[in-house]
Amino acid sequence: MTDTLPRSVVATVDAAPSPSSRVDLGDIPVVRTKHWFRWTIAAIVVFVVAQFAWSLVTNENYEWDYFAHYFLSEPVLQGLWLTLVYTVVSATIGFLLGTVLALARLAKSPLLNGAAWSFIWFFRSVPLVVQLVVWYNLGYLYPTLGLGTPFTTDFWLVEFPTVQLISAFAAGVLGLSLHQAAYSAEIIRGGLLSVDQGQLEAAAALGIPPRRRLSRIILPQAMRSIVPNATNEVIGLVKGTSVLFVIAIPELFYAVQVIYNRNSRVIPLLLVAVVWYTIITTILSIAQYYIERHYARGTVRVLPPTPLQRARHWASVQWARLGDGDSGPTPLAAADAPEVARVTFRGSSNDTTHSGGASA
Amino acid sequence: MSTITIPATDAGPARPQGLVEIHNVHKSYGGVEVLKGIDLTVHPGEVVAILGASGSGKSTLLRTINHLETVDRGSVTVDGELIGYEQRGGKLYELREKQVLERRTQIGIVFQNFNLFPHLTALENVTEAPLALGRLTKDDARELALGLLDRVGLGDKADHYPRQLSGGQQQRVAIARALALKPKVILFDEPTSALDPELVGEVLDVIRDLAQLGTTLIIVTHEVGFAREVADRVVFVEAGRIIEQGPPSDVLVRPKHPRVQEFLAKVLA
Repeated sequence: MTDTLPRSVVATVDAAPSPSSRVDLGDIPVVRTKHWFRWTIAAIVVFVVAQFAWSLVTNENYEWDYFAHYFLSEPVLQGLWLTLVYTVVSATIGFLLGTVLALARLAKSPLLNGAAWSFIWFFRSVPLVVQLVVWYNLGYLYPTLGLGTPFTTDFWLVEFPTVQLISAFAAGVLGLSLHQAAYSAEIIRGGLLSVDQGQLEAAAALGIPPRRRLSRIILPQAMRSIVPNATNEVIGLVKGTSVLFVIAIPELFYAVQVIYNRNSRVIPLLLVAVVWYTIITTILSIAQYYIERHYARGTVRVLPPTPLQRARHWASVQWARLGDGDSGPTPLAAADAPEVARVTFRGSSNDTTHSGGASA
Repeated sequence: MSTITIPATDAGPARPQGLVEIHNVHKSYGGVEVLKGIDLTVHPGEVVAILGASGSGKSTLLRTINHLETVDRGSVTVDGELIGYEQRGGKLYELREKQVLERRTQIGIVFQNFNLFPHLTALENVTEAPLALGRLTKDDARELALGLLDRVGLGDKADHYPRQLSGGQQQRVAIARALALKPKVILFDEPTSALDPELVGEVLDVIRDLAQLGTTLIIVTHEVGFAREVADRVVFVEAGRIIEQGPPSDVLVRPKHPRVQEFLAKVLA
């Protein structure tokens, strides 16, 4: 560094001895490079999007009046509610069980290890639809379930007919949860493995008990890589619930099917489902953004402003312009005063080192 | 070793403690013997520098002291206590993790690459262990941590995350973190090796201060000049054995063993 700096200065002086060539970017107008290719592609994209938007409006086969009529109708909203219930319940059970499986996979006991591995292996092998149907029909395999003497069918404590115990709801939750557990176990295990071994060592050396080591030191760091994959899984699960129609659970997809089988308006009703699924995914994606941001603390020196903060800053700049024609926009960084203070601090300490080096 | 009157600071132990006895320690990794029978006694309040070429086993030796590495033969005790085991009758009983952790808190360690918790602020890094062990209330832990950060010259950086600090500052936070449990012994595993040369001094200054306070310090280092200045005793490790030891004024000035002469010639060149 200290070598190259003076040399480059010398080079500039040699190449252009006249002082007029020392430009200041703030004083001279800058002509931007023209990106013709980029503009052409952008124009094509705009055209395709516009064409599609036009067809949405003009193509009568979309039957938007039917869409509007059914979008907030009773059976659709009930289906939506069931979809959400199955997602929340199965995601919760799935991730809890997944965490247990991930820890078992990482445990030192070969038995726990093997058991967790086998569980994951089996439930990743069996298609979700098949699993759901098997759970739903479990009564053929085990007519009664209960508690009693081990290794016998003498259920003297409690006994239930399987069909009664495993309702369609239970079969649905079981299928989705176990399927989800197998996948989330691997995501969580991957996240735990991604944390530097030195962190575990430092925590152990400080005498921090194992449970807290996991919850306070390792998991928060693992979350950085767990959250994006986990959100993927939850979004997958939202749509996975549409498979529940095979065991006649009236979730969103089943609900619209029932309606279009009656009135044959297939497209507008499928669109109802599509738009609802899109809305759920949008909300989850926004949640993902903020959760990721939460776990990013400490990983970058300064977190970038959120879209909301950016929008607010933009609005305030426009407002300032309206109020006072002369004042230019304030720099964007002003939106986050405390964080900026931190950078400035950090920057200034750097500056001292650099100026010290330069003067030497 | 000089007897030092211990000022009543937060980190200093109440009376001279921290006797480390390493007896005939052997350790192998997959057939390769890294430690080949090490005997070393470090007295309470003594500052010992361990020198040696890379791969000589000096870091492994250090890590056996707080049971981050187990030993194959021999024993390591701190104030007469085995860290990982308990002797009853003719048998050694492996301690439960909780007891190991409890005993380990008597020994602080500072790592080569700091190993600060990146998602916690400097302050939280220091308060974490006392809070996790339920030794202090939140307010007390905070007060202790601010005091310790002040002592390492980082009182104004308490709310910074490690990544917002320079390497030297991070290592000083790591030292404050190790001090938070008031250990009787502090181990330093090449504390300045990952630092830019101009940042080494600030970390050595902090260690020099600690050396005055009567805590037992065992320092694996490459800084021969620092070892000469601070250590009461220098220990040379070569191929898993201690080949020479003594006061720095002897060992570093008139080394007897040819390997030590060679090493010093290279390092001081």
